[in-house]
Amino acid sequence: MSEPSKPQGRKFQLPEHLKEYKGIWVIVEQERGSVHSVSWELVGEARKLADKLGVEVGAVVLGADSPELNAICGDAFTYGADVVYKVTDPVLADYRTDPYTRVMTDVVNTYKPEIVLLGATTLGRDLAGAIATTLATGLTADCTELDIYMDNRSLAATRPTFGGTLLCTIQTLAYRPQMATVRPRVMSMPDRDDNRTGRVVEVFPALREDDVITKVLSFIADREQNEAQLAFADIIVAAGKGLGKPENLKLVFDLAKVLGGEVGVTRPLVQAGWTGFDRQVGQTGKTVRPKLYIAAGISGAIQHRVGMEKSDLILAINTDPNAPIFDFAHLGLVGDALTILPALTDAFGKRLSVNRLAG
Amino acid sequence: MHIVVCIKQVPDSAQIRIHPVTNTIMRQGVPAIINPFDLFSLEEALRIKDKVGARVTVLTMGPPMAETSLRKALSLGADDAVLLTDRKFAGSDTLATSYALTSAIKKLSEEEQVDLVFCGKQTVDGDTAQVGPGIATRLGFQQLTYITKIESIDQGAREIVVHRRSEGGVQVLKTALPCMITMLEGTNTIRFGKMDDMFRAARYGLKTWSKDTTGAEETKVGLKGSPTVVSKVFVPKPRAQKATMVEAEAPTAEAPSAEAMAAAAVEAILGAQPKLADELLARAAAGL
Ligand SMILES: Cc1cc2nc3c(=O)[nH]c(=O)nc-3n(C[C@H](O)[C@H](O)[C@H](O)COP(=O)(O)OP(=O)(O)OC[C@H]3O[C@@H](n4cnc5c(N)ncnc54)[C@H](O)[C@@H]3O)c2cc1C
Ligand SMILES: Nc1ncnc2c1ncn2[C@@H]1O[C@H](COP(=O)(O)O)[C@@H](O)[C@H]1O
Repeated sequence: MSEPSKPQGRKFQLPEHLKEYKGIWVIVEQERGSVHSVSWELVGEARKLADKLGVEVGAVVLGADSPELNAICGDAFTYGADVVYKVTDPVLADYRTDPYTRVMTDVVNTYKPEIVLLGATTLGRDLAGAIATTLATGLTADCTELDIYMDNRSLAATRPTFGGTLLCTIQTLAYRPQMATVRPRVMSMPDRDDNRTGRVVEVFPALREDDVITKVLSFIADREQNEAQLAFADIIVAAGKGLGKPENLKLVFDLAKVLGGEVGVTRPLVQAGWTGFDRQVGQTGKTVRPKLYIAAGISGAIQHRVGMEKSDLILAINTDPNAPIFDFAHLGLVGDALTILPALTDAFGKRLSVNRLAG
Repeated sequence: MHIVVCIKQVPDSAQIRIHPVTNTIMRQGVPAIINPFDLFSLEEALRIKDKVGARVTVLTMGPPMAETSLRKALSLGADDAVLLTDRKFAGSDTLATSYALTSAIKKLSEEEQVDLVFCGKQTVDGDTAQVGPGIATRLGFQQLTYITKIESIDQGAREIVVHRRSEGGVQVLKTALPCMITMLEGTNTIRFGKMDDMFRAARYGLKTWSKDTTGAEETKVGLKGSPTVVSKVFVPKPRAQKATMVEAEAPTAEAPSAEAMAAAAVEAILGAQPKLADELLARAAAGL
């Protein structure tokens, strides 16, 4: 059960009628005219896989027709798509499982991609679970790594299991398409190439609102609710139980403020009611990938680690020199977070203001 | 109103241990619990029962030992319990699992029409969040995942209004029964069982159903009915390098001051990430 040196999948024969399934698709997640960045991360990843297979990358953009939707189609090319399937209907304005499932099932059955990728978001997981059932095919959720087994051209989808203690690689045998969801920020954002263009395939599903049972009464945007936007923060200062008591959270907020970053926490702090769930980093919280992650008083349990280990630079502050977090942080500081945090706030403040005067 | 709650018995994942030599999961002695995410759904079902009256049936597919989880759910206030167990189900992936559970829900519907199915958001062992949507799709029920609140439920009009978490906010949805709901974690707190329910749970004669009881087709369950296979299981590679420790000068026999450590840390950060330094400085210069 150790990792074989050369990736090799389970041997199987793809039946003749499934060989016409070609190309890698990403279902682009757009709500209210804005695209979830995981979709572009996946287009970038799909590009790499498609180049290995020598096939095209397709981006499926669904919604009500609008200038914003056209702009999204254009963006799909700049991030690496060859074809955009633009599926428009007024009924698709808001995400609802049933019409999205019906339309996607038809589009997949018509154009036959071999791989379909979605973000492991509330929309992506909801839709993926439904269409994998209508298409009667395999779906691997929450992948952290995608690759191709070249010997049989099948998708090798790797995901954590048992809370990240183990990884497993899953393969879909003689069924097509092969489906996978990937968490936001797990894959890196591809560079834009504004000169890239491609084909647009327009699809008009002609849906009837009367056929849709679920109605959207209203939408309460988080922007109006003041939720932490952790997943997109460049700098995160995170606190664990080592901070001792809720009042000490102020120390991480102060440092985050000087750095222009966000505050994250471990699960025990959320469970103890120190702060809201929107700040939890980890397996059951958010996956983050900031440029700098400062972990103060965090032991580095696997469930926390899986949510932040892809950060560019991790500084861990812990009183215990043997804390597991030092095994994967880039920089370690053995010391009391309660005194180090204010000193860091000061030091960064000074460093940055000195430069402001000089500049 | 008839509500079915799907629960899964899982190993208490906080206590999973990996055998150091063989890299396999050591299940011996690991306590089994009801999947924690399922408890939010069970509680919500019991609240509907308290409010508008309903029969709550808990359903699990698993080995005979999963009986303990069903009895636990009964002790919390569920009315009936079905254990779907058959060697032929072994090795089922989510597509096959949702098929098998759907066959049992259809059979329950023959006794009394099922109006609502609750599933957990996801399991802590499988972690896929696929079985709920799979069941909804197969039954043709409206699918309501990541629900944070059931605002109202009107039995006469068969209408339900819920709040659903989406990436950028909360959707308020109105739909018609029957539907399948998964509750988001933290939306309620599971109750304590009442004494009489505990006694009833201990005496309750469980329904134990096999593949043939529900009429599930053999080719759609177990390994045969599962499109996915696990081709490899492995332990995550530890990062090759351990953290570089930040050190600072200190007067003899004393620990360096927090100030000295912090200053050293700032230099280490900016040294490791020169680009970050520029960005921070640019931001600071812009007065942000
Ligand atoms: C199914 C499941 C899902 C989970 N999901 C998540 C998740 O999404 N996110 C998550 O974070 N956890 C999650 N957990 C919990 C996880 O297993 C750990 O319990 C948790 O991450 C530990 O949090 P902690 O590091 O804050 O606390 P602890 O493990 O208690 O660590 C505290 C650390 O602070 C240090 N310390 C103490 N005092 C000081 C001081 N003054 N200065 C500096 N350091 C100090 C200690 O040495 C220790 O290393 C999950 C668990 C389970 C079972
Ligand atoms: N074997 C099972 N028996 C009963 N319910 C299940 C089973 N497997 C999954 N479920 C339900 O489906 C939900 C999602 O599971 P999963 O797709 O494995 O993450 C769980 O929270 C349960 O409510």
